[in-house]
Amino acid sequence: MITATNLSKVYNGTKVLDIDHLEIPEGQNLGLVGNNGAGKTTFFSMLLDLIRPTSGNIFNQDITVNESEDWKTFTASFIDESFLIGYLTAEEYFYFVGELRNQNRADIDSFLAQFEEFFNGEIIGRKKYLRDLSKGNQKKVGIVAALIGDPKVVILDEPFANLDPTTQIRLKKIIKDLSEISGTTVLVSSHDLIHVTEVCERIVVLDKGVIVRDLKTSEATLKELETYFSGEQIPEEFKETAEAPSEEAKADKAE
Amino acid sequence: MVGKLLSLEWKSFTRSASFGKSLGLKIFMIFLAVYFAVVFLFMGIGLYPILKKIYPDNVPLLKLNEFILGWLAFELIFRFFMQSLPVVQIKPLLLQNIRKSKVINFVLLKSLFSFYNILPLLIYVPFAVVVAVKTDYTAVSMIGWSISVLFLSFSINFFNFLIKKKFAEDLKSFLPAIIVILTLAGLEYFNIVPVSEKFGIFLNYVLEMPYLAIVPIILCFLFFVWVKNTLKRKFYLDAGLKTKQKEVKSQDFEWLKRFGEVSTFLQLDMKLIWRNKRPKTTIFLSVFFLLYGLLFFTNSVYEGMPVMYVFAGIFISGIFMINFGQFVPSWDAAYYQMIMSQNIPMRKYLASKAALISFSIIILTILSTPYVYFGWNILLIIFTCALYNLGVNVPLLMFTGSFNKKRIDLEKSPFMNYQGTGAAQWLVAIPLLAVPLGIFYLFYKLFSFNIGLLVIGILGVIGILLRNYLMDRITIQYKKNKYAMIHGYKQTGD
Repeated sequence: MITATNLSKVYNGTKVLDIDHLEIPEGQNLGLVGNNGAGKTTFFSMLLDLIRPTSGNIFNQDITVNESEDWKTFTASFIDESFLIGYLTAEEYFYFVGELRNQNRADIDSFLAQFEEFFNGEIIGRKKYLRDLSKGNQKKVGIVAALIGDPKVVILDEPFANLDPTTQIRLKKIIKDLSEISGTTVLVSSHDLIHVTEVCERIVVLDKGVIVRDLKTSEATLKELETYFSGEQIPEEFKETAEAPSEEAKADKAE
Repeated sequence: MVGKLLSLEWKSFTRSASFGKSLGLKIFMIFLAVYFAVVFLFMGIGLYPILKKIYPDNVPLLKLNEFILGWLAFELIFRFFMQSLPVVQIKPLLLQNIRKSKVINFVLLKSLFSFYNILPLLIYVPFAVVVAVKTDYTAVSMIGWSISVLFLSFSINFFNFLIKKKFAEDLKSFLPAIIVILTLAGLEYFNIVPVSEKFGIFLNYVLEMPYLAIVPIILCFLFFVWVKNTLKRKFYLDAGLKTKQKEVKSQDFEWLKRFGEVSTFLQLDMKLIWRNKRPKTTIFLSVFFLLYGLLFFTNSVYEGMPVMYVFAGIFISGIFMINFGQFVPSWDAAYYQMIMSQNIPMRKYLASKAALISFSIIILTILSTPYVYFGWNILLIIFTCALYNLGVNVPLLMFTGSFNKKRIDLEKSPFMNYQGTGAAQWLVAIPLLAVPLGIFYLFYKLFSFNIGLLVIGILGVIGILLRNYLMDRITIQYKKNKYAMIHGYKQTGD
């Protein structure tokens, strides 16, 4: 279970993230949506202890992430290309991550075999350094590397961006299976509302660092999100202070 | 339009990461530039008297003319290895409303203002002035001469790009040129035809008929047009603008497995070093500086100064430590976030870096054993210094590393590259070199050479014994600075 309490981050006097309380139960598949600058990546970075919160705490399975490093054993993530080691080939990178997660080569090889379809013959055995792969292929490597060693928590920042349609469809299945079959807690952010609603059982909408919607995915969710993002409500919220939308979010949850 | 391109250029220079944001670095760079300019200026002024002294029977100017071709050949080789045309920079302009030929013109003309072209200017022109003042040659002939040699130099400038662009893909098309150059060099070398001397005759003619200076100008222009046309054909993403990709062979450095826990990182670091330009050069530098000791141990000047021997000892066994270690962990800057969120305790990560540097010290020390030729004393000094490096300097560098917040691009050449250099790099030199020298000197003066060495050695042993404790403290420091480091490493831009 992941819990964030009173979490905030302030840059030069601007609050870029302000979460009163967010609880993600074990095995949940959570989607984070929001426009640019909504604080999605900031939240993920804090969860990975890459950015220090200005106030508040994040607990990953009862471990305070910025106090102990123990969460690293069961948490895996792919945020962006800076998570890849450019001068390694894809295989070398998988083996490297595998070793960090106590998987030997045979483990990794059999693990990779199930992604053969996902890789579409463009990753393994290409004799190319990761820095020379296309953006989409880099992303595939990063995502699959984040699944090595059965982590309990997987964090993927915009996994669908840059991927070709076939791969997007395959990735959706992989993410769904993660929480349904292996009981992994998956956190995904995306700009694509259709993808998130298809994949995630719960969707949290961030706007300027504040949770403005917290929805259990249903038939109506996509419509609701589209209405929200089409801007019909944005003008009011623009004027309102940071507290107002978070109250709204609480109201949503109470329902 | 040119004005706009120039302003872009100025911004790319002043905002580049290697130029740095720190004032100290800027001052240092300016100092270096001025220093080299002055050195070459003095060389230009001093060339005339020097030539006169070496060849008292000849006219210095005519003698120089004989050497010019050889000099140009040297310049070409030098440029070939050092100077490259920054075509990749123009990629963003590809889609803009600027004609291709204009962009290419700009890039090519810009290359004339590079450091490599300003240096000859600083030599030839003062030399010409000195000659015009001291001898009977008129100002007009000297102007003609200067223009000739300068444009010959500029021709080399463009010729170099031509080689680089053509040579890279099509060896055959360049074969005739290579044959011509080799033949000329052969004729000269075996004293069949003194080519360089014959070439000098042309410059002698220029002195008599200054209007002949038009010939090098035309030559330069022809090369310019040639390069331009070549580039124009290559102005595509899959041609000239492409960055090179090689097929990769996987190496595993399996033998590192025996080092247990840290072996994963040692393997990664070996790949880091072998596969990237900048860290790779540190290896070559290490081998090169291994010979550095010869400078000290053969020179009788230093015989009465054992302090210099200690300096050499620290340097020989620690050159990799200094070159590589001072940028730990900036080498991993590009993926530092990943390292920090992977299943790696900080302590283990740091321990592996310390292990790598320690191995380098041991290997370099073993490689330096032939210095025993200069006496057992020398070997003892190197061994003691290695001990000091292992015990004191390794933890020291690891500690200062926690203040490294500047990203390093692994693929950039390290020469004149101050990317990743911050105040920490300058400050660390003091304790790294000055402290052991100071301690040794103190005990050497107070007691004896042996006592001085003993103290250094003991300090090293103490450091080794305290290694675990020190690493714990260092780990705390890294954890404290972690966020600032991650933030710093994210600042790309160059």
